[in-house]
Amino acid sequence: MAYKYRIEVTDVTLRDGMHAVRHQFSVEDARAIASALDGTGVALIEAAHGDGLGGSSVQYGFAKEEEADYLQAVCSSVQNAKVVALLLPGIGTVEDLKHAVEYGIRGVRVATHSTEADISAQHIEEGRKLGLDVVGFLMMSHMTDVDRLVEEARKMATYGAHAVYIVDSAGAMLMDEVRRKVSALRSALPDEVQVGFHAHNNLGVSVANSIAAVEEGAYRIDASLGGLGAGAGNTPLEVFVAACEKCGIDTGVSLYPAMDAAEDVVRPRMHRPIITDRTALTLGYAGVYSSFLLHAQHAAKLFSVDVRDVLVELGNRRVVGGQEDMIVDVAYEIAHRQA
Amino acid sequence: MPKLAAAIVGSGNIGTDLMIKLQRSEWIEPRWMIGIDPESDGLRRAKHAGLEVSAEGLAAILNAGIRPDVVFDATSAKAHVRHAKLLREAGIQAIDLTPAARGPYVIAAVNLQEHLDSPNVNMVTCGGQATVPIVHAVSRVVGVSYAEIVATISSKSAGPGTRANIDEFTETTSRAIETIGGARRGKAIIILNPAEPPILMRDTIYCLMDETADDVKDKVLASIHEMVQHVQTYVPGYRLNREPIFRDNLVSISIEVEGLGDYLPVYAGNLDIMTAAAVKFAEEYAKHRAAVSQ
Repeated sequence: MAYKYRIEVTDVTLRDGMHAVRHQFSVEDARAIASALDGTGVALIEAAHGDGLGGSSVQYGFAKEEEADYLQAVCSSVQNAKVVALLLPGIGTVEDLKHAVEYGIRGVRVATHSTEADISAQHIEEGRKLGLDVVGFLMMSHMTDVDRLVEEARKMATYGAHAVYIVDSAGAMLMDEVRRKVSALRSALPDEVQVGFHAHNNLGVSVANSIAAVEEGAYRIDASLGGLGAGAGNTPLEVFVAACEKCGIDTGVSLYPAMDAAEDVVRPRMHRPIITDRTALTLGYAGVYSSFLLHAQHAAKLFSVDVRDVLVELGNRRVVGGQEDMIVDVAYEIAHRQA
Repeated sequence: MPKLAAAIVGSGNIGTDLMIKLQRSEWIEPRWMIGIDPESDGLRRAKHAGLEVSAEGLAAILNAGIRPDVVFDATSAKAHVRHAKLLREAGIQAIDLTPAARGPYVIAAVNLQEHLDSPNVNMVTCGGQATVPIVHAVSRVVGVSYAEIVATISSKSAGPGTRANIDEFTETTSRAIETIGGARRGKAIIILNPAEPPILMRDTIYCLMDETADDVKDKVLASIHEMVQHVQTYVPGYRLNREPIFRDNLVSISIEVEGLGDYLPVYAGNLDIMTAAAVKFAEEYAKHRAAVSQ
């Protein structure tokens, strides 16, 4: 059949998926997943701690492996795809990026909250100097209106990003909003700057949102094997590929190898099934950063409060990505209010 | 004893807040405000307050033969590298509020007296001034193998200098957690939050302790409370959000910093803790200089 659209898929199993396994993937896990992914035809493979380079911490959870070992394991297991890393300015630094390049990464995705693009200038410019594929990643895009998103995306493009993403970190967006925001970026940015979309499945619409994004001009789409990712997970790669086949989108990914990789390689390594349970659903409903899920469950248990009350309160306070320390503080407050 | 004559380089959020605080000092007189943007709000206010203002930068002022006793640098890490050289050559005391870290670190609550003879001192970062005292409060009781701090500030309180210096912020703060805080390894994270109304500066401090006996925890707790009271003597809006939480060998401390509202409103406690620390050092320096000259 003739395709209407051609896109590039970035797989995030080895980065966003890390949130769902508390950053505990071993070097062996990384090798197995990276090599299975490389056989599917995905264009890019993102690997890092869930919170990006330098993310291993008390705040976000210590990774099982050293960053050097983890990234080298991924890079050495891949022949076709380009391995990229995530970097959140304020957590990771240019120094971390330079090390990651030594380990073999060929691209960097620089992520900021969707109103704070100007803190990415240093890192995007340095990424370009290092000859990397550079992406600007506007997190929690559901909190920010179209005009402001366009303004922030333009900044990232000016610093030198090859692509800018609308990132639905909270899995809180529905298709209309995705269409409005992706199409606004597409028409505002120069042709040579690609637009991307990153979904979370907290409201059950990650595949639909990703297809809507493609129809509005997004060229890069994120997905992960079996949907492994924070919250209710990301767009499941194999489901997305099958759906794209049926609606004329060329993903460059082969369906059966993607299904097999999800089923045989990733699912046996999951700590818990990727489902829209009440906690994950509350994230999407309240508009809260998806990686808060396991931290919130832990804090709720520690203080004997309902995890949904904690998440809704975090949403009310407009807490942004990275503020995991607020989870304990809010759970503590709710427990003391109830006492 | 006449007041020391001070110049402030950098007319942004920090420089302007600093000027307002110095106007209340019994030891320092802010006399010059040096910026690069003649239209900046900071320079306008400085002029209104009777300071001599210049938009020509530090080099031009020094070339004109002006010799302040002390210069506060509130520009950026990159600019301070140049300024540090100029000030050293001119023999002028430099108090650096950027994370350039040319001189030794001063955390007002911990090592205020230590570097009074150093011609250039570095005030670390706002996150450092807010959190290193707490790390020190823990490490003076028990060994700390690792300390990590998360500083969350409102987007509105982070000017272009802070935004261009994010890496320098995390790197300088991490080093200060080790060298001044006393942790064997340090890590710093900074988050900007754009919520409206703006949030107060909020910091979480995590310390991994070598011992966890109950009497050690009691002493750590008492030490933290004592430190909070000490910081409150120069930043009254510095307080614990909740009691410290002990879990295994980890203690987690959450603090909030409400500013005095001198320049930006009270949410910008990150400005206050930095400028208050710089003023405190400058006053100690002035007293020290007076004592030496007598």
